[in-house]
Amino acid sequence: MSSTSKTISKIVSSNTESLSDIREFVAGQARTHGFPEDEVANIVLAVDEACTNIIKHAYRFASDKQIEISVGRQGREFEVIISDDGRSFDPAALRNPDLKEHLTHYRRGGLGVYLMKKLMDTVEYQFQPGQRNHVRLVKFLPASPSR
Amino acid sequence: MTEFKVQERPGEGVSILDLRGYLDAHTATDLENAFQRLLGAKKFNIVVNCRDLSYISSAGLGVFMAYIEDVRKNNGDIKLTNMTPKVYNVFDLLGFPILYEIYKDESEAISKFQNTTKH
Repeated sequence: MSSTSKTISKIVSSNTESLSDIREFVAGQARTHGFPEDEVANIVLAVDEACTNIIKHAYRFASDKQIEISVGRQGREFEVIISDDGRSFDPAALRNPDLKEHLTHYRRGGLGVYLMKKLMDTVEYQFQPGQRNHVRLVKFLPASPSR
Repeated sequence: MTEFKVQERPGEGVSILDLRGYLDAHTATDLENAFQRLLGAKKFNIVVNCRDLSYISSAGLGVFMAYIEDVRKNNGDIKLTNMTPKVYNVFDLLGFPILYEIYKDESEAISKFQNTTKH
C-alpha cells in the first residue's frame, strides 16, 4: 500500500461565502480516506476555523484574494495544508486560552485556534517573510480505512 | 451558498429563536441581527432552539458571547435547547455549559424562565 496519496487542491476566493464550498470539499476528501462521520465533522470544523482566520486576519476581509486548500495522505497522516498570501499570523498568539476566563469575560473571537488544536492531532504554522503562509492540519488516519 | 435561517417565534413570556442550517462566519450576522431586534424590543428572555441547526463554528458561538452580557444585565438570559450531539460537542469543547444553560427540550427552558419570573 502506498504511504502517500496524490494531493488534491482547491482554490477559493477569500470571502466567508466560500466556507460552504471549503467544507464540502474537505468532507468529501476525509470520507474518501475512511474517516467516520464524527471525525469528518471535526476535520471540517478545524479547516473552517483556519480559513475563517485567514479571511479575517490575514486578508482582513479583502475578498479578491485566494486561499488554497490541499489535501493528501502522508503515511498515517491525513494532511490539510491551507495557504494564503496575506499578513502572517503571529504563532506566539497560539497559546491556549484560559477558557473559563475567556467565557466569563465574554471575549468574542480567539477561540478558533483553540478549537483547531482540540480537533486535530497536529496544527502547524509556517511563515517566512516574502513567502506564502501555510497552516498544516493533521489527523491520524483510522486504523482500518474503509476503502 | 451557506444555508442558514433564524426565525423568531413568541412563547409564554419568552422569545424563541429557531435556528436552521449552517451557522458560520458568513451567516453569523443573521443571528446577530435577530439578537439586536430582540434587545431593541426589550425582549431579554430568549430561548434558542437548535433542533435544526446542522453546524456551528466559533464565529457562531461568538454571537452568543456578544449578547449574553447585555441580556443578563437586563435580568434576562439566553437558554439553548434541542442541540444535536454534533452541535453540542462544539459548545462543550469551548466550555459553554459552564456559563450557559443548555436543555434537551425547549419546554424545559421555557419553564425555567417562568419559574424565575414567579420569584
